[in-house]
Amino acid sequence: MKLSVWTYEGPPHVGAIRVATGMEKVHLVLHAPQGDTYADLLFTMIERRNHRPPVTYTTFQARDLGSDTASLFKKACIEAYERFKPELLLVGASCTAELIQDDPGGLAETLGLPVPVVPLELPSYQRKENFGADETFFQIVKTLSRPLEKTSEITCNLIGPTALGFRHRDDVLEMTKLLNSMGIKVNICAPYSATPKDIELISQAHFNVLMYPETGEMACRYLERTYSQPFTKTVPIGVGAISDFVEEISEIVEINTSDADTYSQLPWYSASVDSTYLTSKRVFIFGDGTHAMTAARIARDEIGFEVVGLGCFNREMARPMRKFAATFGLDALISDDYLEVEKHIQAVAPELILGTQMERHIGKRLGIPCAVISAPVHVQDFPARYSPQMGPEGANVIFDTWVHPLVMGLEEHLLTMFREDFEFHDEAGPSHHAAHSPGQKNEPQIVEAAHSTAENRIIWLKDAEKELKKIPFFVRGKARKNTEKYAENNGFSEISIETLYEAKAHYAR
Amino acid sequence: MSSEKSLAGCMNAPVLKERGQHEVFCGLTSIIWLHRKMQDAFFLVVGSRTCAHLLQSAAGVMVFAEPRFGTAILEETDLAGMADAQQELERTVEELLSRRTDIKRLFLVGSCPSEVIKLDLATAAEKLSERYFPKVNVINYSGSGIETTFTQGEDACLEAVIRGLEPSNERQLVILGALPDIVHDQMLRLLEQLGLKNVFVLPQVRVDDKVSVGSNTHFICAQPFLGASFEEMVRRGAKPIFAPFPFGASGTTEWLKAICGIFGVSKETFEAVTDAPRRRAEIAIEKVSKILTGRSLFLFPDSQLEIPLARFLNQECGMKLIEVGSPYIHKQLVGPDLQLLPEGIIISEGQDVDKQLDRVFDHMPDLTVCGLGLANPLEAKGLTTKWAIELVFSPIHFYEQAADLASLFARPINRSEKLKIGRVA
Repeated sequence: MKLSVWTYEGPPHVGAIRVATGMEKVHLVLHAPQGDTYADLLFTMIERRNHRPPVTYTTFQARDLGSDTASLFKKACIEAYERFKPELLLVGASCTAELIQDDPGGLAETLGLPVPVVPLELPSYQRKENFGADETFFQIVKTLSRPLEKTSEITCNLIGPTALGFRHRDDVLEMTKLLNSMGIKVNICAPYSATPKDIELISQAHFNVLMYPETGEMACRYLERTYSQPFTKTVPIGVGAISDFVEEISEIVEINTSDADTYSQLPWYSASVDSTYLTSKRVFIFGDGTHAMTAARIARDEIGFEVVGLGCFNREMARPMRKFAATFGLDALISDDYLEVEKHIQAVAPELILGTQMERHIGKRLGIPCAVISAPVHVQDFPARYSPQMGPEGANVIFDTWVHPLVMGLEEHLLTMFREDFEFHDEAGPSHHAAHSPGQKNEPQIVEAAHSTAENRIIWLKDAEKELKKIPFFVRGKARKNTEKYAENNGFSEISIETLYEAKAHYAR
Repeated sequence: MSSEKSLAGCMNAPVLKERGQHEVFCGLTSIIWLHRKMQDAFFLVVGSRTCAHLLQSAAGVMVFAEPRFGTAILEETDLAGMADAQQELERTVEELLSRRTDIKRLFLVGSCPSEVIKLDLATAAEKLSERYFPKVNVINYSGSGIETTFTQGEDACLEAVIRGLEPSNERQLVILGALPDIVHDQMLRLLEQLGLKNVFVLPQVRVDDKVSVGSNTHFICAQPFLGASFEEMVRRGAKPIFAPFPFGASGTTEWLKAICGIFGVSKETFEAVTDAPRRRAEIAIEKVSKILTGRSLFLFPDSQLEIPLARFLNQECGMKLIEVGSPYIHKQLVGPDLQLLPEGIIISEGQDVDKQLDRVFDHMPDLTVCGLGLANPLEAKGLTTKWAIELVFSPIHFYEQAADLASLFARPINRSEKLKIGRVA
């Protein structure tokens, strides 16, 4: 039993729904009690979908248990087929139905439906949403794919995008543009927008572009094994990764890498003078493994941030994440415990968080700016405008998105100069978004955190406390902590202005 | 009073009972407002990852950094042996209570998986209550989807609370139902002005707010979804007061009148207290409801508020009813409202969502009240919708909120008329 306040991932059947909803002409019959239909609103509200997800929930009740939940399931299957006429039926169970062991796959088989039926094994008490999507898509590919001649032109499949994915809609478009510029056509994109008939044609592509390992890796490995279809390992988020991606493709198929249209504004924006204020800003990065790792590379190599914390919530990515974090001199944080992540953020006191909606919330509480780089997402992460993460435009979007929550270059200096100006003070927050200003009320929480680490044994003298307030809010937490640590290490019981500046000199970077 | 009239309206109308896919929340969802209302309580759902995911998704955003609810997620090892699960639960509670020392009431909330594996939360609650006495009171109830729909979670919680009330022979009035603070205060002010003493509200905001029950207790529900709590109060000897629910000017007047009838408040006092706010409400409703008059309305089942709200929208705002769906109809509780509904409409209970969608497209109503899973798909097909969930989160009861309630329905129609650019999704 694990106490959980918020979860980064839903149960595995939500992953199955993401695949079914992303595809066309597919229907999922889910053996589930009343209430599990809440999953529909993720798609209709957060993603603003104009259709209900193609899911029939059997809706069994307490009184059905012990009588006949199995025939309820069969009835739901038959009615769903009659009503929606899908080309492929998926059947599975949610967490409760898994316990009553009705065997949806076996039951559906007895119905003799005129379309392929794919039974899904979704172990709700062991695995989570990303696994559910990965497994569902793999099963669909395994059922529908068949050996075909490769296309005469160079083609690839885009693998991994689903419904409710972070910027999947726009990444698909951006990747298509990038590949087309290299003379590569997209054979199919799946699960997003694919029909079962499309999946039948999957093996005729020359290779697969694995866009999201979280939801497409099992299928890619199967396709490689079965049809010798190689897949790309680089996820082209960020300028360096795009370049590696193009290189990787050139090793798979015959292309001229110079044809690739990879031009992004990011390198120049990072090099321009104004961005000096970004240099060595301390960032904490957390998300799904793929997005967190690509973000860390951009942060360090393409903007010049200092990565002070890095991790992911999906255990499936733990191994590559640990290895990757080590190259930053960091121990990766692998956790799906929101409170643990919060503690970690408090401890490293970053100036910017790159995270999920969860970390955005933590940032709000602690007064630390945050940009969202990964699922789990909310309605504001589905913007009306084109805003991919992948490809050259993705790099542009990322630069803008990450810089936006920060106080801008010259403004930062002015804030330092006129700390106590009655309207131009740091607690008013960045001038370009007043609504997001951290505000005074957030301050005590950071203070509290810092205090608790020093165990309240060291006293701040009034003058020093006042001086500390003159330090910009985004580095104040760090300054307080460093000073306390310095005082503690040197056996001081009080902190004076002198101590504050001694500590500052000691920790100067 | 309405109960003296002969049965009329839709009281005896046939009810279309359906079963099939229910597009509704389970009872766990009510924790989202209950934990705000009961400020020293923590709601610990004993369930699966799905339960945890539902709670954060239904809340829409993570409103609270560390909310007073959480899920003890059952894992493979818990399912292997029952003894383990009990011990694990005790350990989880210990972990929780040591971190949250402010908690005085702990609700162990059963879920679909905990009910199916027959995890005995009643015994667990008893044991934990003994262990943490007198600091923390541990109570259990089920919010599972196999037993409860959405607001029935509050009903099950309240029923468990009532079971634990001290007996009393005091003559008193108890009001059932969690209400937003502003509404709660207005209600108590009105009752005080009417000269009523010994007025108590369940659920209590804090555990120290002592409420008792006995044969001299009269009670009335402020929410229509409290059927089980109603039965439990009756079992404890309390006497029910029936009235239409306090929505709009007339609903509020009838509700207060029924209470005053029992407690012998004079006609003069009643009029002196209610005339001004009633007139104020009537004028405000008239202004807001112009856009609603004559429009057709279809309500999908959601919170059991549907029948009383249909009464308000029909009687006080002039809307034409097509179908009024409710997840469950407690005839005694909603009877006074049901009697006031016009004949010839469809009253449905339960749901087969696909068939109900067929009916909504047959009728193409001017306004459809439905859950979040259906709203955008219906908007995309040209229908104008109102999210039902807002009705349980917003202050909508009593005189001063009557026009706000009408506005909630007017706004989507107003928007549809303002937008001149089509709605292709």
